[in-house]
Amino acid sequence: MKVTEKDVAYVADLANLELTGEERARMLRDLNSILGYIDRLNELDTSNVQPMAQVSARYGMDQSQRGSEGFAYAGREDVHEGLRKSLPHDVALGNAPDSDGTFFKVPKVIER
Amino acid sequence: MELTTLTIDAARSAVQERKTTATTLAEAFYSKIEKDDPKIGAFLTLSKDRALAKATEIDALVAQGKPLPPLGGVPVGIKDVMVTRGVRTTAGSKILGNYIPPYDCTAVARMEAAGAVVLGKLNCDEFAMGSSTENSAWHPVHNPRDLSRVPGGSSGGSAAAVAADMAVVTLGSDTGGSIRQPASFCGVVGLMPTYGRVSRYGLIAFASSLDHIGPLAKTVRDAAIVLRTIAGRDPIDSTSANVPVPDYVAELEKPVRGVKIGVAREYLGEGLDSQVRKAVEAAIQKLASLGCQIVEISLPHTKYAIPTYYIVATAEASSNLARYDGVRYGYRASDARTLSEMYRRSRDHGFGAEVKRRIMLGTYALSAGYYDAYYLKAQKVRTLLTRDFEEAFKKVDAIVTPTSPTAAFKLGEKVDDPLAMYLADIYTVTADLAGIPGISVPCGETKEKLPIGLQILGKHFDEATILRVAHGYEQAA
Repeated sequence: MKVTEKDVAYVADLANLELTGEERARMLRDLNSILGYIDRLNELDTSNVQPMAQVSARYGMDQSQRGSEGFAYAGREDVHEGLRKSLPHDVALGNAPDSDGTFFKVPKVIER
Repeated sequence: MELTTLTIDAARSAVQERKTTATTLAEAFYSKIEKDDPKIGAFLTLSKDRALAKATEIDALVAQGKPLPPLGGVPVGIKDVMVTRGVRTTAGSKILGNYIPPYDCTAVARMEAAGAVVLGKLNCDEFAMGSSTENSAWHPVHNPRDLSRVPGGSSGGSAAAVAADMAVVTLGSDTGGSIRQPASFCGVVGLMPTYGRVSRYGLIAFASSLDHIGPLAKTVRDAAIVLRTIAGRDPIDSTSANVPVPDYVAELEKPVRGVKIGVAREYLGEGLDSQVRKAVEAAIQKLASLGCQIVEISLPHTKYAIPTYYIVATAEASSNLARYDGVRYGYRASDARTLSEMYRRSRDHGFGAEVKRRIMLGTYALSAGYYDAYYLKAQKVRTLLTRDFEEAFKKVDAIVTPTSPTAAFKLGEKVDDPLAMYLADIYTVTADLAGIPGISVPCGETKEKLPIGLQILGKHFDEATILRVAHGYEQAA
């Protein structure tokens, strides 16, 4: 599979990146080189292999304490250790580039 | 007494027995940092107020005649991907250049609760993406053993600080080898625990199914002490495992005689530097002479590990890094007129080249039309790589390999070739993908006096065995 300039523009758009012309040219070269290497995965027949998204779905967890997603003790309403105090309002806003003391402020939202 | 060369137990005892104070110790390390770090570049931010307040607390305990906790008064450094309340945390990125976290990473909090004195935050590749620390947005790190060479990455600052006596121990993070490879390049010990062994709460996410926190230390014993401190279930990380934590330090004293050690031919093949091969083969002989049983094994899918890793890791990264949008914290481009422009420009200016490359690769692999061919395919091969280890561990207790195919390379040598840089992780990414623990322990030097690392991999949640083998080797070497 070969990545095209159009693909780079499309993926940059999905990723909320603009990229300069120079960056796009470099990206085209690098993605093709890396994906060329990655294509060796196609040497393997994986039609009967289950995908693995998480290590903990496979290992180390007591079966009886697994949640539906395979995680142990994932936050549940009847497990109160999961309930913690929120950050105070001013602390949560403390790193905001722009705020009015109650909300985060952003530029006008205009349809692209 | 040379204060900055002490191990954990020696430093703690010196404070406890009033040969020095925690404050004097911290100040000795700050003097060392002031003198030597300008040429190394390991630290990004010093947390003197926090460190000296903790040291004062420890000195008060001594004055009251109370016993010190396991890390009482021990000066440590923290990789800048772990958040520290009130202390700037950048993840090596401009996008977090002014970020002052409102909370502490669990591993850091546990270190401090055990008496550690946090000296400051350590340099790393941006968002831990890299193998040389040259992707730091701030400045590169120079290898203390040879300043013209890289310290490895991404925990290059963490490894260099220990190697240059600028911290007793440090915390690093490992997603594809980022603790073990720099430990190997700098001649120190680096331990990546089992996935889920140490809470990831407060670790700035790179690839959530692969990220691990672990120690870099001067000795295997120090690594065991730190693991004992930070390991164990954390209610605020649902992927942290509720598996009992053994006393890793006591386990070190058990003999290594009879331990079955696997040697995989796939890790000693093409691309391995001949001097590294020689050192690793000598280490295997040494382990045999200590009574370990050496067993030849095969991990047949090893050559597919790097392509698998660079799909899984970048896909997860593209999702995790979507949060940097200039709204709630971090850098915001000032010239944007619309929200959409603000997102794009903040990310364009805030992220460095390698981070953008990985976001693009990951987004591509997850995008409609390519998801099955890349992401799903890689997840399936991840299963095959994991099965390789499952089969091998039916026959052996641990597996030894080189940590890296070469010793430390020169600064600038690989920066223009991302694929060449990725191949530096060829022996380390497999353990991250399978979620098994691994340790790198020094095993000699090249003719140029560059350190070589021996990697020891273990079964899930069996850090005790790899620490014991590493300790046995270290004591005999």
